[in-house]
Amino acid sequence: MIQARKLSKRYVGKLAVDGLTFDVKPGRVTGFLGPNGAGKSTTLRLVLGLDAPSSGTVTVNGGSYSTLREPLRQVGALLDAGAFHPSRSAYNHLLGLAQSNGLPKDRVDAVLELVGMSSVAHQRMGVFSLGMSQRIGIAAALLGDPGTLLFDEPVNGLDPEGIVWFRKLARSLAAEGRTVFVSSHLMTEMALTADHLIVIGQGRLLADAPLAQVIGANAHGYVRVRSPQLATLTRLLTAKGATVTPGLDGAADISGIDCEAIGELCAAQGIVLHELSLQKASLEEAFMDLTETAVDYRSTANESATPVTLGDPK
Amino acid sequence: MTGTTPTATGLSSRDRGGWSLLSDLLRSEWTKLRSVPSTYWTLLVAAVATIGLGALFCAIYVSRYGKPPPFHRVVFNPTSYSLSGIMLAQLAIAVLGVLVITNEYSSGLIRTTLTAVPQRRTLFAAKALVFTATTLVVGVASSFAAFFLGQAVLSGHHLETTIGSPGVFRAVVGAGLYLAVLGLLSLGFGALLRSTAGAIAAVVGLVLVLPGIAAALPTSWQNTVDKYLPSNAGQAIFHVQTQAHMLSPWAGFAVFYAYAAVALIGAGYLLHRRDA
Repeated sequence: MIQARKLSKRYVGKLAVDGLTFDVKPGRVTGFLGPNGAGKSTTLRLVLGLDAPSSGTVTVNGGSYSTLREPLRQVGALLDAGAFHPSRSAYNHLLGLAQSNGLPKDRVDAVLELVGMSSVAHQRMGVFSLGMSQRIGIAAALLGDPGTLLFDEPVNGLDPEGIVWFRKLARSLAAEGRTVFVSSHLMTEMALTADHLIVIGQGRLLADAPLAQVIGANAHGYVRVRSPQLATLTRLLTAKGATVTPGLDGAADISGIDCEAIGELCAAQGIVLHELSLQKASLEEAFMDLTETAVDYRSTANESATPVTLGDPK
Repeated sequence: MTGTTPTATGLSSRDRGGWSLLSDLLRSEWTKLRSVPSTYWTLLVAAVATIGLGALFCAIYVSRYGKPPPFHRVVFNPTSYSLSGIMLAQLAIAVLGVLVITNEYSSGLIRTTLTAVPQRRTLFAAKALVFTATTLVVGVASSFAAFFLGQAVLSGHHLETTIGSPGVFRAVVGAGLYLAVLGLLSLGFGALLRSTAGAIAAVVGLVLVLPGIAAALPTSWQNTVDKYLPSNAGQAIFHVQTQAHMLSPWAGFAVFYAYAAVALIGAGYLLHRRDA
């Protein structure tokens, strides 16, 4: 469980994190989404006690990170895949970390096995690809079998197989009841991995809601229809209050009415359909909408920093 | 490269006291120190420089003054000659002292380290202890080896001294101590500046360049200031006899140690206060 309360961080001349309040709860994957430079990595550094907040607080399991005695047993973090000595072997890198938290040596072998890196454990890490480095970073996060995990851009550099592997890993960690917090600027990846989203832009909270709700509230789906009797259908749909816009290849994109209603209408009127498909809103669209409103919001009002909170995250 | 998912192994938190934390950190820092090649290279250079140069200087002296004139016999100091390699070895130790901390900054490893160990000052203390113990062993062993090898070379012409002669044992041990404390000073600068190049430049400047600049001072000032410069104060311990305008061996060593202590305390404070 991670709790941030009015968390802010100001670097020289720049407010990187601006009054963030959120909870990251156990048992689900919480995606931490925002464009590059939105303040995601800064927020993670504040959670881990690496940087001190300018104001506000952030706690892990109810206490400040810096008071944890053996943090690796409670919190695992992947911050930067390249954060190792290039001449040191993966095994010794992990062994040094394990020893610093009084963890037994067999945990090193266990996590190397878990990330599929046992065979290269004694090679110097400087020769590793970005994907291999990410795996070592993930292994380090799992060393102490912690209940809370933070991953900063974990799929960077992973091959497609690795991306699927990480997605399964994150989901199974959450299924075991752990708190899993994954930052990413890759919206499609988050759409497949996360249950819940915390979206930030320019250091501010834009959304804190279940995945489906973020998409539902911020981007609108439509129905695509193909029919040889499109003119008739358009007239009927418009009469029912739907909006019909011409789509690609002679299709029509219809909003304001659902799939079922269109199908029933066509059956009743004997209209032939060649296609009737629901076009779901993507996280990309939801995200674009969110960031646009944020920009609009910032340009019109600059007092009262009420975030656009969607629904009740509890 | 596929993996399976972890199962809860029930690694619960132990209640770890301060000493237990320190002993865990000492083991961890030892693993880190012994697992990078730069440690072996710099220590090898330090040992070879100390032993090899000492023997070489002694051999050159012997070949030049096979039968030294009486005047040379009076001023010739066989201990200092055999320990002259320390002047080169100190550069290798300074580089290692700086690297021990700055390589964590250059790679970003420091953030992983501090995430695992939020007790930053204890971590820094453990790093300093492990590094100092290592340089002390290598420094003192090299110093003794250089002394005995140098005396063996000089003995051909009966110019040698013995470890039991007044001040000799202290000077030989002191050369090792000097290297260890210089290493600490370098570690302190590394942690203060967080940059390999910057910290090495600062230590070299302090130890090698500063005495040269001080030489430009008026003589009366020089006599007062010179002996308190880090290198002059520190090197007092491996002169067999106290030189004119130099501190006594242990007073000099204490001054040198104070420089290192100030750098380390400042570094520990900033490590605690600064964002990583």
